[in-house]
Parts: sequence; structure tokens; C-alpha cells
Amino acid sequence: MKNFLKYREIWLLAGIVVLIGLISTRFPGFADPANLRQVFNDTSILMILALGQMVVILTRSIDLSMASNLCFTGMVVAMLNATHPAIPIPVLIVVAVLVGLVLGAINGFLVWRLNIPSIVVTLGTLTIYRGATFVVSGGAWVNADQMSPDFINFQRAAFLGLPVLSWIAILVIALFFLVMTRTQIGRSMYAIGVNPTASVYAGIDVGRTKFIVFCISGMIGGLAGYLWISRYVIASVEVANGYELNIIAACVIGGISIAGGIGSVGGAVLGALFLGIISNALPVINISPFWQMAISGSAIILAVVLNARGERRQGRIILRKAEAA
Amino acid sequence: MTDTPAPRHIPDRLDKPLSSAIFSWEALLVVIAVAIFAVNSFASPYFLDPWSLSDLTFNFTEKGLIALAMALLIISGEIDLSVAAIVALASTMMGMAVQTGAGTPVLVLIGIAVGLACGAFNGLLVTRLGLPSIVVTIGTMSLFRGIAFIILGDQAYKGYPESFAFFGQGYVWWVFSFELALFLFAALIYWFVLHRTSFGRRVFAIGNNPVACQFSGVRVDRIKFILFCLTGLMSGIASVLITSRLGSTRPSIAQGYELEAITMVVLGGVSILGGAGSILGVVLAAFIMGLVTFGLGLLNVPGIVMSIFIGLLLIIVIALPIVWRRLRQGRFA
Repeated sequence: MKNFLKYREIWLLAGIVVLIGLISTRFPGFADPANLRQVFNDTSILMILALGQMVVILTRSIDLSMASNLCFTGMVVAMLNATHPAIPIPVLIVVAVLVGLVLGAINGFLVWRLNIPSIVVTLGTLTIYRGATFVVSGGAWVNADQMSPDFINFQRAAFLGLPVLSWIAILVIALFFLVMTRTQIGRSMYAIGVNPTASVYAGIDVGRTKFIVFCISGMIGGLAGYLWISRYVIASVEVANGYELNIIAACVIGGISIAGGIGSVGGAVLGALFLGIISNALPVINISPFWQMAISGSAIILAVVLNARGERRQGRIILRKAEAA
Repeated sequence: MTDTPAPRHIPDRLDKPLSSAIFSWEALLVVIAVAIFAVNSFASPYFLDPWSLSDLTFNFTEKGLIALAMALLIISGEIDLSVAAIVALASTMMGMAVQTGAGTPVLVLIGIAVGLACGAFNGLLVTRLGLPSIVVTIGTMSLFRGIAFIILGDQAYKGYPESFAFFGQGYVWWVFSFELALFLFAALIYWFVLHRTSFGRRVFAIGNNPVACQFSGVRVDRIKFILFCLTGLMSGIASVLITSRLGSTRPSIAQGYELEAITMVVLGGVSILGGAGSILGVVLAAFIMGLVTFGLGLLNVPGIVMSIFIGLLLIIVIALPIVWRRLRQGRFA
């Protein structure tokens, strides 16, 4: 039991349960399973994005260009759909992931081959990708009436009681869980974050692994691009402007250390859920949505303070934990 | 007449050969600036007009003021992403004060004080609790702008006194605006502090090796705290200028300024990993960004497309020396 309580995710989960409890005292319907399913669905995109950001942060890098990638890919897919409505949605999703992969690979290449710090690279591509969205769209929007019904309804279709969007999120979470805990590349990401020098001696190609994590975050950005556009049924240059920091916030609240090497799939998912619950709860308990920003800001600061204390106490034991298992 | 041997002369700085000055980062920036200047004058007949050039400076003075302090912070190995949010909060507080009938001096004081307080808050969190600044300031970024949103919602503060307009709209002499004069004056001070005082040397030293600094008796945390306060202070000053220039406050004011200020700093040759950089570089980078934005604006290029150029400029300028070095060593990937 004592071991059990050492996991940060348990505390975060407890925090979320308490949060839901508090909200329920003001609005009893909130804890209703149907409503919680809705919250999960609303948060799906943020969860997926947080997982993509997590693998980057684990390797001591950062990807500030995810939201711009999402915006660009979303626009490309929306325009493709507007001009060629016959293209089936699964094909569009593959296109979105591939476009995102290219954008991520550009980031990864610059970090890997030119050794430019990732924060500089992605700061540059953050503005470039969003600017490119303007160039491909000519500044025009793609509105709901230009999108095919399939494009809009695909993620809303119910399957085994959940919308497809939720299933996609669950699938991505499962995939990340497998990669992070059961594959060599997943363990390499942790190793690089904990000690890049030792990783080199252990035979890990640090540069190539960083390239791969940027490819992953790019693919996730692309996937989220389609999901975002078809969910909010508008594609414009302004889509998800500034959202890159929400993604990082979800990771931070989820206990992923910005210094690299610490973090888990569960943490990223719960961190995103925490933010999702807050943004869903404020309107129903009659708090002005203008409070949301300050509340999530406070949550981030609180999370950092708590995580820092935890990290100091137990040190970086992620690999030791794996050895014991 | 004592006969103690003369102490061996240790120069303050090593003599630099001319070649290193020619191939320095700043020289590269000057070349780029001149090139963009030339292209602009050819591309638009309106460019080479004193008043046009004066308007140009408004593109970067406010962000440049923040970038000066940010440069010191980044050299010391920290970062502040909350600067734009500080601008918004300070502007909101000034707006509140206007509603109670505060005069211009009080408004300026409030703007600067709020900036300083926000900077001190960041500094306390980073130094007292030992938290990574990038995460702390992502949090305070949401917090500060969030407070502005709570106070203002979808409203706007207007009705600033007429005398307040001088800071953002006034001219000191002929085409030289108050904003430009203040920026150049601040640049001079920051240049002196960073390159000519022991405080500045310590900032570099901390960026290179904070642990060694600690053991050498440098009060690392105190210096970092001061740097965060300075960054907050400069954001407060920038807030006074922007609010005065726009004449109104919305909670979304100065959105995205943090990334532009950081772009200036990095373009100016400051290492994002800390420990290296110069104020001259940052000032040149500020001018370059102003030139690019303004020149493209004269050619009717939309702002969002300009950002592509800024982004490309950032990556290319950083990548060029690396590619160049590798080409000379003949081992480019």
C-alpha cells in the first residue's frame, strides 16, 4: 500500500475525484456517468496531444509547434475535403497523420542533424507552420457547409456506447502505453531524459531517438488536426492559437518533468483530464468562463511545486522501478 | 619608492584579432540588416522617408525593451514566458486606476509597480522553491492574464488622460519617438550592466556553471531573483508604452509578445542554453525584426505571412554558422 501511494498518478487521480466531488456539491449531475463520458470525449484531443508532447519532453526537448502543426494539417485536410468530398475519412486521417509527420520530421531533422536546441527550432516552426496555413488557404476559412457530412459526423458516430473520438483517444493511449513500457524505443526515451551521456555509452542513438520523438509529436499533431477541425467544424488560421502552452500545461500537471526522464502515459492523460474537467465544470457551476485561465494557471504552479517536492524526495527512480519489476 | 615587484599585468579582456570581429555574430546581423534595408528601399518608394522609418521603430521598441531584460535572464540560464501576460495585467491595473480618476504619474507608477511585483513573484517561485522557470512562467502566464480576464471579461478600459498618450505616441525631437529614445537609453544601460560591471560577469558565469558560481561565493539565487524582477519591470514599462499607444486595455493585449521577445533574444545571438550573448546583438535583432515586419507591411504582405519570414530568419540565422562550420570540416550530414 505504501508503495502504491508513491505513484504520483494515484495522487492526481485522487485530486480529480475530489474535484469531481466538489463540483457535484454545486451541480449534482456532474458525476453522472453520461456526463463524465462527455467530459472524457471533450478532453480526448488534449489527451492525445499531451501524449505526443510527453515523449518530446521526456527526452529533454520541447515541441512548441504542435498547435501550429494541428492548425496547418487541419486546414489541409479540410480543404481536401471541401474540394474532393469523395475521399473516404480514413484516407483523410492517414493524410493528416502523414502531413503532421512531415512537419514533425522537419523539427526533428533540425534538432538531430544541426543540433539546434528544440525550443529554438519549434519557436521558429511555430510561426512558420501557422503562416503556411495562411499561405495554403489564402486567408479563407473552411466552414461547416463546405465540409462533407461524413467529415463532420465520423468522430461523432457512437460505437459500443462511446463516440469514435473517445475510441481514438483510448486507442492512442493504449498504443503509447505499449510503446513506453514494452518497447526499446520507449525505454530509450526515458534513458535519454535521465542521462544523455550514459545513454550514448549504452548504445542509444540520442539524436535519432530525438528525431523519432519529434516525428511522433508531429503525427499526433496531424491526427489532432483532423479531429479538431471536424469537432469544431471550422478551419481557419486562428485555430488552436496559443494551444501549445495548454498541451505543455497538461503534461506539467500530469507530473511530467520538464527536465526530462520523468513521466508516464497515465500522468499525461490525467493531467489533460484535470484541465478538461475544469473547463467543463465552470459553466455548469455558474463561474464565469473568464476564470478558467487563472484557475489553470494556479493549477500548473501548484502542480510544479508538488512535483518538485516529490522529485527531490524520491529522486529519479524510474529505471530502478523498472529493474525491480 | 618601494621595491615590491610590479604586479604582473593581467588584461581585463584578451585582445581580439580583427578577423574575429569581422566574423562575429553581430557583424552577421549588421550584414543582414543592411541587406533587408537595401531590399526594402528598392521594393517600396515609401520606405526611405524619415517618418516611415520612424513609424518602423514602433514595431519593435516595446518588445525590444522586454527583450533586453529577457536577454540577461536567458544568459543566466532561465527564461520568462509570462512577460506578455505581465503586460496585460499591468495594463488592466492601469485601466482600473483610470476609472477611479488617477492621473498620469500614478498610472505610470502603477504599471511599473505591477510589472515589478509580477517579476518578483516569478523570481520567488524559481529561486525560493527551486522550480524550473519555463514551467513556472507557463503557469504564471495563465495566472496573470487570467486575472486580467477575470477583471475585464470581454470589456475594455478606455478614457486614459491626454497627457498619458505621450509615452506611446509622443516625439522627443523631430522624428525620434519617446519609445525609440527610451529603448536606446535602456539598451545603453543594459549594455553597461551586462558588459562592464561585475554583476554582468556574474550573469554570464551563472549561465555557464551555476554550481561553480555557488562555490565561488556568487549569490546565484539573489542574482536570478534580481533578473526576474528586471524582466517584470521592463514588461511593466512596455505595458505603459503599449497602453499609451493604443489608448485602451483589453485582456488580450500583447498576446504572443513573449515568443517574439524570445525570438529577438535568440536571433541576437544569445545562447538559449545560457552563458553567452550580447546586448548589441539583441538591439540589432530588434531592428532586423522591425525592418522585416515594416518592409513587408509596405508591400502589403499580411502579418501572418511576415511571421513565416521571422520564423525562417530565426532558424536560418541559427543554422547558418553550424552548417558553415560543418562544410569547412567536410562532415556535413
